[in-house]
Amino acid sequence: MQRIIYSLIAAGSLAAMPVMAQDLDITITNLTHGTYFTPLLISAHPGGNHLFQPGVAATTSLQAMAEGGDISGLVADTTVLGADNAENPATGLLAPGASTSFTMMTSSGNDHLSITAMLLPTNDGFVGLDEMKIPVVAGTYRYTLNGYDAGTEANNEIVNGGGTPGVAGVPGDPGGAAGTGGTSVTTTEANTVVHIHRGVLGDTDPTGGASDLDSRVHRWLNPVAELVITVN
Amino acid sequence: MKRNHFYLATVPLLAMTLLAGCYHRDDDRVSYEVRVTNLTEAQPLSPLAVILHRDGYAIWQVGSAASDGLERLAEGGNPDALLLEASANPAVITTVADSTAILPGTSSSVTLMSHAKGNLALSLATMLVNTNDGFTGIKAEILDGLARQQSRSITVRAYDAGTEANSESVATVPGPAAGGEGYNTVRDDRDSVGGHPGVISSDDGLSGSALNASHRFDSPVALVTITRLE
Repeated sequence: MQRIIYSLIAAGSLAAMPVMAQDLDITITNLTHGTYFTPLLISAHPGGNHLFQPGVAATTSLQAMAEGGDISGLVADTTVLGADNAENPATGLLAPGASTSFTMMTSSGNDHLSITAMLLPTNDGFVGLDEMKIPVVAGTYRYTLNGYDAGTEANNEIVNGGGTPGVAGVPGDPGGAAGTGGTSVTTTEANTVVHIHRGVLGDTDPTGGASDLDSRVHRWLNPVAELVITVN
Repeated sequence: MKRNHFYLATVPLLAMTLLAGCYHRDDDRVSYEVRVTNLTEAQPLSPLAVILHRDGYAIWQVGSAASDGLERLAEGGNPDALLLEASANPAVITTVADSTAILPGTSSSVTLMSHAKGNLALSLATMLVNTNDGFTGIKAEILDGLARQQSRSITVRAYDAGTEANSESVATVPGPAAGGEGYNTVRDDRDSVGGHPGVISSDDGLSGSALNASHRFDSPVALVTITRLE
């Protein structure tokens, strides 16, 4: 019995052996109605590592990305792992309905993919993919990504430029549809770990109401992005 | 003397039984850990009802009326009647009810064991308690592809049992947002199971809703991780 267990372990570690370097074509599309993606980070890294994990508290690097769109902390964290990163492939914001396409060469062992970008305008919403095994067989693979809430900031929906971690507020609305004078949707966050974003509330009052966001423009339903990977 | 003999004769028998038990466990038993993580902002999940079964058991059917057991779970968060119904079905191998609610951002797990192998499937249901009759779960997830110590993660959406109108009122939502009634026998909605349309909340203009914007949710509402232990 012992021998069987050992050989199972050996088989397991063989299965976990790094795959060969890969040449990937990747396209990411923003499927939302009126929500922008801040600079995307696409990271190919060894399995067992994460940019975020549902049900787990956000790292300070994730918080900086989710509240203000700053990916430098996540880039530094993944560089330590020897990850292959595509940073900001859309060179700025990815507008609703827009796509960005790019090529990634991954080194041996970087066989899992993670993705993040802030959803703007939100307080701490982001589009994410957590540690997905990259397919090894040549072909084209299609996935959809969901909107998450970092759990680090109350979703007050007040557009005030607040993008620094710990500063309440939405940094801005690139589409220019947001209003002013909102009284705040909430001051608390019930779930303080990473979870599925409940969506924004918004309202239809451009100079008042609870929210500065427009419920006709800024709402979304999951999935918020499409990911297409072609393994060459 | 006689008594002593009997005792001596019993010891090796016992030992053999124990050995046989060990052998049996190693080769003929499968067990699964089922862990559910609550991905919502403010919708606690009621204690899990989990069912290990074969072909021939349907925990719900979209477009068909919910069973009485599913109605009781989806309106009041009680898993017992659903599991009793399941146990009466010959296709069901074993059932387990979790003992605790799962708060947003937390997880809970149960373990199921079976001596029957092959053609196994898992079904599960749990109520979103700050709703009238919203629930989530999995229906007949096939387990045969799972090797020992292998895990599979599935994200799941919310369903509506269709047995209670979605008034969101303080009198009818049993969760902490309202503290209203759980199960009742009346079926005053469309009386068939379907995808949950989400909650509206008073913040979004539904007068009489006991819910606020924090109780709104989008899919998926939970992460289910099934691990085959043995």
